[in-house]
Amino acid sequence: MTDAGMSWRLPILTLILALALTAAPLPPAVAPFRPDWVPLILIFWSLLAPERFGLLTAFWMGLLLDTLSGSLLGQHALALVVVIYLTIKFHLRIRVFPIWQLSMTVVLLLALYEFVLFWVDGVAGRTVPLTERWAPLVSSALVWPLIIAYLDRYRHDAQVRV
Amino acid sequence: MSAPGGTGSDLVRGGTSLSFRFILICIVSLALMFLDHRESHLTTIRQAFSVVVYPIQLAVDLPIRGWRWTQMALAERAELLAENEALKLEKLDAGVRLQRLDALEAENRRLRAMLDSSARVADRVLVAEILAVDLDPYRQRFTINRGLGDGVYVGQALLDADGIVGQIMRVEPLTSEAVLISDADHALPVAINRNGLRTIIVGTGDTVRLRMPYLPNSADVEMGDLVISSGLGGVFPSGYPVGYVSEIERLPGQGFAEIYVEPAAKLDRAREVLLVWTADAEVTSNRAEDSTNLAEAR
Repeated sequence: MTDAGMSWRLPILTLILALALTAAPLPPAVAPFRPDWVPLILIFWSLLAPERFGLLTAFWMGLLLDTLSGSLLGQHALALVVVIYLTIKFHLRIRVFPIWQLSMTVVLLLALYEFVLFWVDGVAGRTVPLTERWAPLVSSALVWPLIIAYLDRYRHDAQVRV
Repeated sequence: MSAPGGTGSDLVRGGTSLSFRFILICIVSLALMFLDHRESHLTTIRQAFSVVVYPIQLAVDLPIRGWRWTQMALAERAELLAENEALKLEKLDAGVRLQRLDALEAENRRLRAMLDSSARVADRVLVAEILAVDLDPYRQRFTINRGLGDGVYVGQALLDADGIVGQIMRVEPLTSEAVLISDADHALPVAINRNGLRTIIVGTGDTVRLRMPYLPNSADVEMGDLVISSGLGGVFPSGYPVGYVSEIERLPGQGFAEIYVEPAAKLDRAREVLLVWTADAEVTSNRAEDSTNLAEAR
């Protein structure tokens, strides 16, 4: 019982932290380069424990993100669910990739995420400049190895408990 | 959060169930977006989520607030004295202007009574603080710490000490979301103060530049002209400064001049904004929503 409590605490903490980092103000010059924290963290946890962090988690996180960012309700939810679906579908294959291949896969997933967001914006007829749309991919690619490095020590731990 | 048991057994049973649930959730998301896009079908859901998200917004705002507080607490005495002195002078100046304003306002009311037209005057104001929260970087939106409980309504005008800042887009129980006049989706009816020439000003997505795209080359506009809100459209009270003409480009081949306006309000630096209730706010709150939709649809 206490073990289950332990292994839930960190994922929830990191997800809340991801939401906060998404909302934290940045100077306008660097703001477009804000990494996609929420999908990054969600991808990590659903790679690690797909039984727990599935589509529903992604859906709820997406709705929270929609509320936080004032976008259409369901926009981030859809993008996150698409990304997490693919992650879970191929998690056995992705998990054994070497780090650089893993990073590439994550960047591809995030590109899909950004594309879904962009597509919904387009269909909904919202004016969105295209120029800075791909900036988060660069920073996310840089941040991903750090996430792996920092959270990896819990990986072993979590797998034992799952 | 997802129930650990249900997800686990699905995964064991095979991929079809996962795909099925994926399609189901996608349909739910699409339905949500569709309903949300058709405006105000989902306000209760959104309000519930906004209450969940509120602590995060507060937590993010806290360090910045703390830093500002420390800055204030550690300010030099001499600095404070100088600031105090400057503020006193400013107050004196403002007081003198206000004396004249009282007389002018009375005169204006008399004249309007003679003309049988009613003026929309700002009646009541409430100071709101901008929560230091970044919304979508591609849109010029922000969140303020006043909501339904304070009587905020959709379409309500926001001002700062120097001019018009924006309007309320969405009201939640504790917070509200506002759009800056510099948002690329925002349009605002204005008039040139010097000659009363009416036009529409639209945002560019850049906080230091607004555009006036609908003035002909021959229009009487000069550099530095003060642009004020015209009050047409019923959202913004009339007569508040919007900005100063900063760039005029008259292209002989084109029908319209390229005119840019520098906003009077400090759109990117403001911390506090004023919520304005106009005298006939009750009547306009319904109408305001329509004009907001118009500005969005543009």
